[in-house]
Amino acid sequence: MKELLLGNEAVARGAYEAGVRVATAYPGTPSTEITENIAKYDEIYSEWSPNEKVALEVAIGASLAGARSICSMKHVGLNVAADPLFTASYTGVNGGLVIVVADDPGMHSSQNEQDSRFYARASLVPMLEPSDSQECKDYVKTAFEISEKFDCPVIVRLTTRVAHSRSLVELDSRNETELKPYVKDPSKYVMMPAMARGRHLAVEKRMAELRSYAETTPLNRIEWGNREIGVITSGISYQYAREAMGDVSYLKLGMVYPLPEELIREFASKVDKLYVIEELEPFFEEQIKSMGIEVTGKSLLPVTGEYSATLLREKLCGIKGEKHYDVDSQAPARPPVMCPGCPHRGTFHVLKKLKLTVAGDIGCYTLAALPPAQSMDTCVCMGASIGMAHGMEKARGREFGRKTVAVLGDSTFIHSGITGLIDVVYNKGCSTVIILDNSITGMTGHQHNPTTGFTIKGEPTKQVDLELLAKAVGIERVRIADPFDLKNFEKAVKEEVEADEPSVIIAQRPCALLKQVRYEGPQRINGNCRKCRSCMRIGCPAIVDKGDAIEINIALCVGCKLCSNVCAFNAIEKAGDKNG
Amino acid sequence: MDNLNIMIVGVGGQGTLLASRLLGKVAQKQGYDVKVSEIHGMSQRGGSVVTYVKMGDKVYSPIIEKGEADFILAFEKLEALRWIDYLKKDGTLVLNDQEIDPMPVITGSAKYPEGITEKLEAAGVRIRSVNALATAMECGNIKAVNMVLIGLLAGTSSIGKEIWLESLKEVVPQKLLDVNIRAFNAGYMVR
Repeated sequence: MKELLLGNEAVARGAYEAGVRVATAYPGTPSTEITENIAKYDEIYSEWSPNEKVALEVAIGASLAGARSICSMKHVGLNVAADPLFTASYTGVNGGLVIVVADDPGMHSSQNEQDSRFYARASLVPMLEPSDSQECKDYVKTAFEISEKFDCPVIVRLTTRVAHSRSLVELDSRNETELKPYVKDPSKYVMMPAMARGRHLAVEKRMAELRSYAETTPLNRIEWGNREIGVITSGISYQYAREAMGDVSYLKLGMVYPLPEELIREFASKVDKLYVIEELEPFFEEQIKSMGIEVTGKSLLPVTGEYSATLLREKLCGIKGEKHYDVDSQAPARPPVMCPGCPHRGTFHVLKKLKLTVAGDIGCYTLAALPPAQSMDTCVCMGASIGMAHGMEKARGREFGRKTVAVLGDSTFIHSGITGLIDVVYNKGCSTVIILDNSITGMTGHQHNPTTGFTIKGEPTKQVDLELLAKAVGIERVRIADPFDLKNFEKAVKEEVEADEPSVIIAQRPCALLKQVRYEGPQRINGNCRKCRSCMRIGCPAIVDKGDAIEINIALCVGCKLCSNVCAFNAIEKAGDKNG
Repeated sequence: MDNLNIMIVGVGGQGTLLASRLLGKVAQKQGYDVKVSEIHGMSQRGGSVVTYVKMGDKVYSPIIEKGEADFILAFEKLEALRWIDYLKKDGTLVLNDQEIDPMPVITGSAKYPEGITEKLEAAGVRIRSVNALATAMECGNIKAVNMVLIGLLAGTSSIGKEIWLESLKEVVPQKLLDVNIRAFNAGYMVR
């Protein structure tokens, strides 16, 4: 019986069937469901690590200790984990080690669209790229075989459309692997100059062996069709190409690094016109051109955004899609917004009112950069808010600092905000840092983290005390405030930005989507309303201006009452007993 | 058979993902190859969301392109308008007659277009419409909007009702089964 699995679920299944014993990750779209699903298997130890660097280090340790291990992250997570990656390439493995990285062409939920294939090349590690869920499962299993055969980590690269598409997968049983014996071997596992020099030679020898492997592995396959056109492609681009180009010839690369030079030469020599179809950077194209082979790719196709069958038909075949209905389909944009009941709405209402410069960070709260809040000035990477607020103050002086705050979530703070906070204290900054403690990792869909007190499997564990932690690094002004208590929250922010020392405000209120959060349900606007529009200014999607009246949408309202807090006329009350 | 392409469009939080999973089950039960493409993460937070379901003898791309959808299941009127170019010449729009103002309309920088249904009808779009929110409330749960629409789609399709109900039972949690079946049936009965 085949199952309809997400690419990410299929990766998890592949890890299970491959006999993986240890799985680590930090959540990040589009990779999160991999480890969420691995956590359902009792045979595998799994964890949410504080960040991707730690996650990979745990997986490397588990591998050297003899276990098959897997570590998953989104593309930008691999930047964080790049440090251990480059040297794990030198140490090699004991039990197989697979790193799954999910790129996000088109940036559905990311701050950039970097092409992680370059990491394979830069760290001298082989990389596989599946094109559907069945391949996700199969390639993960093959990746473990390659890892153990060639003594190296192996990267499996996904993109959003593979990670988040469901397709049919044939399930197999788990192949229980033995723990390999642990043998102390400093020349291989202690990377200091004398040993690392020897290992670099071993890595280069391994690359030569992997190049030969790439020539014959079934991961790379030719599908002969019409030989007037040949297409070299991989991953989701293969699916778009099959749909748009039909019965031409394909060289589908399942192993995207290192490339099979002889196979590419053979394929190129037997087709009249050769195309490379790859989303993002000309990674294949440049290598193929450097082999002296004539090929067309980025001169016709974009380096930005996602591809589609329509795009390929248009750019490569000159076929434009036709419009079937003569109607103007232009519609007002519907950007994502903070949910009704979101605790961040209170925080940013206050920050906007105080006209502060807000060094922001990565999370649902990044939406505060958009209208109506528009109260976030920067967003670069996980934890950057604190360092950037500190840098702003050092560049422009204390007066500017009094008008500046750093804002980041609880999980983001643990990920890489804490080091920035230590920097502020150590280097005598006066930044005010607001930690949005909503009791969960929100945007990726509710994962536990070290501040929630539960593990990935929902088991109770020690909980990081943010207040004590801030005090321990030297912050003397730490306070906890409820962002829905607008008056007191505003007072707290005003006082802390004025203080000539660093301070931390923990804005505490749980995510409204958490099961344990029970607000009283939909509100409505009564006859007291003077249409002053104060409630509209908090930017809640449930409150709408119907021209002659302000209304609350009962399908959306949860009853958080932030709007009642800003209403001066007692015009908002609980709606009648509607179900929902 | 030719591929059957169904698009589900709506607003993040409306239950479009569950609807797409159910459609995936329906395809599987008929022995088709199937792909379902979902959007997770930031876009889900009250934004415009679209899910593609493709079934047939062999499905390559998981994405439905402009002019390729046999059905568009629109959970909201503005979203129906936004995605209408994706409907096939003889396709059917299954429409929830509900309006959810997007933020640009709430802040006053844009206006919610008037007469969407009439405009689409005038352009020759075949529409099956229902007030799924009101129907879901009558059935006992405001969140069952998705099953009302699935019911209406089922009534319009050539796939047997039992297959839909079997699939529904496999994706909906046990304790919410009754209300979801009621909602499905209410949608199925719409004529």
